[in-house]
Amino acid sequence: MDFSLIVLVVIVAALAFDFTNGFHDTANAMATSIATGALKPRIAVAISAVLNLVGAFLSIEVAKTISGGIVDDTKVTPVVIFAGLVGAIIWNLVTWLVGLPSSSSHALFGGLIGATWIASGADAVHFGKVVEKVLIPAVASPIVAGIVSLVGTFLTYRITEKAKEGMVGKGFKTGQVLSASLVSLAHGTNDAQKTMGVITLTLIAGGTLAPGSNPPLWVIGACGLAIAAGTYLGGWRIIQTMGKKLTEIQTPQGFAAETSSAAVILASSHLGFALSTTHVTSGGIIGSGLGRKLAEVRWGVAGKMVIAWVLTLPAAAIVGAIAAAVSTRGSWGTILIGALGVLVALGIWLASRRNPVSAHTVNDEPDAAKATPVAA
Amino acid sequence: MDIDWGALGTVFVVALAAAVVLTVLFAYGIRGLSARETAREQGGSGVAQFTGSIVCFGVCAAVVAYGIYLIAA
Repeated sequence: MDFSLIVLVVIVAALAFDFTNGFHDTANAMATSIATGALKPRIAVAISAVLNLVGAFLSIEVAKTISGGIVDDTKVTPVVIFAGLVGAIIWNLVTWLVGLPSSSSHALFGGLIGATWIASGADAVHFGKVVEKVLIPAVASPIVAGIVSLVGTFLTYRITEKAKEGMVGKGFKTGQVLSASLVSLAHGTNDAQKTMGVITLTLIAGGTLAPGSNPPLWVIGACGLAIAAGTYLGGWRIIQTMGKKLTEIQTPQGFAAETSSAAVILASSHLGFALSTTHVTSGGIIGSGLGRKLAEVRWGVAGKMVIAWVLTLPAAAIVGAIAAAVSTRGSWGTILIGALGVLVALGIWLASRRNPVSAHTVNDEPDAAKATPVAA
Repeated sequence: MDIDWGALGTVFVVALAAAVVLTVLFAYGIRGLSARETAREQGGSGVAQFTGSIVCFGVCAAVVAYGIYLIAA
């Protein structure tokens, strides 16, 4: 199989995005288990990494949605996809720096949409598809997960009301290990697919694959490995936000929230909905906060998250559009954008060293959590 | 633009059913284990409670396995 240099560059950028996707989303599966002490931080991310890899191989429905959907694949060139990926990676890194669990999927879609729009005009973007495949699931999925998790949490507490406290704590700790594993697996079936879809789209645009092809095996393997490596790195900043700042979580709640999230993600993956696993698990955690009597949800933190969700797609689109405007001017433009992307990534990493959050400090009470909590 | 409300509805119903079945069974399993301890403290064997728990956990595992099978197949 031979492909041009630009296709190779896009594949590298796509895998880099997948890697950021991994550490950005470790929190989705493991935040509640780490917060309740059900799993040690290092072990949690290792389990999650392996199951993400397995999940990547389970289903390719979502990859097919990406490669044959939201942008006109006859008008997209590898350079445009490259610009879109730069937009997505930069937004992912910025939100990670401030510890916001924004959607990696929306960053990816936003970047691609912005880049395509600038490079090929507005009609190369299928806005109908964007609403259908991205916006509707974005609004619906956290609500669905929240309701499911609320019902699950409520029932769990009702049923175990009279049981011995020690047994409940111990039992649900074990349950959480299992349910968190299921979320990791589900994450692989949905998020690893998105990068596979992008690489497949590139190979189609570059003429290596016929339009409408399924992702080749080496693409599935490479994406699975990239997301697993990112996951193992652990996005401790976001884990802290989701596990500690949003609501106080007990083991039965963590179990109910994770089971609900896994069910929603797996059902969606199977039907090819590229939903945001971040939105689903956040909805699940809030639902479990509401489902336990008198549990507090810190609506201030939840509100900030929602603002980040709304901003993600347009913000990544703007970065993607700028990247496309420069990189479609010629090879020098592409090289310039690539170099700038690496510099920005390096800068963000350096900035993060000033206030590091690691496996050791992830469960410390952060300052933001001391802000007045609002009773739910 | 046609929004597939049917598929969205399916996700909701399937997810709700799966999550409720799993959490309820698991919770009953744990309640059973707790009842077994209570029974033993009072001199009973607790075998009935223990069997009930195992059945609950077993069905839980089966539901998860079936779900993964559906997706992988």
